[in-house]
Amino acid sequence: MIEVEHLTKVYRVARRRAGFREALKALGKREYEEIRALNDISFSVPEGQIVGYIGPNGAGKSSTIKVLSGILTPDSGICRVNGYVPWKERKRYVREIGVVFGQRSQLWWDVPVIDSFELLRDIYAIEEASYRKTLDELTELLDLSELLRTPARQLSLGQRMRCEIAAALLHRPKLLFLDEPTIGLDAVSKLAVRHFIQEENRLHHTTVLLTTHDMQDIEALASRIILIGKGKVLMDGTFDDLRALDDTGELSLDELTARLYHRYGV
Amino acid sequence: MKLYLNYFLIHLKSCMQYKTSFFLTMIGQFLVSFNVFLGVWFMFDRFNTVKGFSFGECLLCFSIVLMAFTLAECFFRGFDAFSSMISNGQFDRILVRPRGLILQVLGQRIEFTRFGRFLQAIVMLIYSVSNSGISWDLPRALTVVSMIFGGTVVFASLFILYAGFCFFTIEGLEFMNIFTDGAREYGKYPVGIYGKGVLRFCTYVVPFALFQYYPFLYLIGQREEPWLGLLPLVGCVFVVPCLLFWRFGVSRYRSTGS
Repeated sequence: MIEVEHLTKVYRVARRRAGFREALKALGKREYEEIRALNDISFSVPEGQIVGYIGPNGAGKSSTIKVLSGILTPDSGICRVNGYVPWKERKRYVREIGVVFGQRSQLWWDVPVIDSFELLRDIYAIEEASYRKTLDELTELLDLSELLRTPARQLSLGQRMRCEIAAALLHRPKLLFLDEPTIGLDAVSKLAVRHFIQEENRLHHTTVLLTTHDMQDIEALASRIILIGKGKVLMDGTFDDLRALDDTGELSLDELTARLYHRYGV
Repeated sequence: MKLYLNYFLIHLKSCMQYKTSFFLTMIGQFLVSFNVFLGVWFMFDRFNTVKGFSFGECLLCFSIVLMAFTLAECFFRGFDAFSSMISNGQFDRILVRPRGLILQVLGQRIEFTRFGRFLQAIVMLIYSVSNSGISWDLPRALTVVSMIFGGTVVFASLFILYAGFCFFTIEGLEFMNIFTDGAREYGKYPVGIYGKGVLRFCTYVVPFALFQYYPFLYLIGQREEPWLGLLPLVGCVFVVPCLLFWRFGVSRYRSTGS
């Protein structure tokens, strides 16, 4: 499903020291610092797997998602998803993926959610019959019937996230990227979202790549964890591998994660 | 095209959520450009002619430019908000949708409030066409159409060019407004009156004169060659470098992510 080999991406960032004089200097000649956002990343994900992609802030999680979803072109490396090279055959490829950015909305702010859904139906040119079927199913699983007629701006964060996820699945993608889907949600909404992702994966065999800082998401969902730090894959294993770090048997999930990060020096 | 219509409808629905604001802005827009009309009118009230152009002629010139600008603004102003689309990540969203980028950018923002200006442009055009003292015939009528069309394309190209610049720098793009809003203001008078340098610039660099000055001279009978009416279509070629620049910007964005 996803095959990534030796993926590398370097950003050039202009840097200068503090102070007015340095600012003046920077106007003329800039010093660039190279930041390796992705440094020789390789992994593969079979169809139907839910993968938790974790790592501290700035580790390269978003960059990976951006490359995999075809937004960014990497500097080097091979990447094939579903038989496509994401950044080359953009239009055909993106029909088969769904992307949810937890921090940004894809719904039209001022109109009822159902209007946004219908526009997405037109954007993806989904047939009316299959659109109806998908919408009915999503409405039931995510309990949207009350929400569809409400403008997006009047929804609570949890309600909106349920709609966002539904919006990303209307065209029945084979692959779903979730970038921090539970950020800022209350306990009830988190559980609802987690339950839904499991159901979606079970019913439609959808492959899911999930980034999050909430280790409970990972515990509940991911059959596999990929830890990334400073642009490199540090660990590729299961949740049990993470548990095994706990020698006392009473560490919380977050403490466990901190210990994991510490061990790999990130 | 059908998709654009759908974008159009969703914006219309959005606008109608805020009724009062919608109508107030529309009236506001109408009054703003009505002011410009008054400006021209007061000036001619005092001087009668500017460099050999009469009031009716200048008004015709202005109403054509206004019409072209308003059309471009209605449909292509999506590019105007483009820098914010990049900074808030909306453009990433656009890249993961299976449709053309330009169409989607346009669909992000459609300005209904500009319809006030649109309405005014129509009124002014009708008024100035009937008061210009021009003896209308078919080639001249077609020239007006081609001027409006060419003008719309040139203004739209400028909006695309503006968006292309956003890939390289986010701030400091105000200078582009000289070419868009500025051109609308200067377009009140045939560009020839601003002197040779400006005319040359407007012929060879940004082809304002191709849809405004030269065909206009034909309209009012200062020049007799009907082919001048085709010049606005030549001016449309301007869209090609602008599109190329936009594409270059997109590919750079996708390789730097900023």
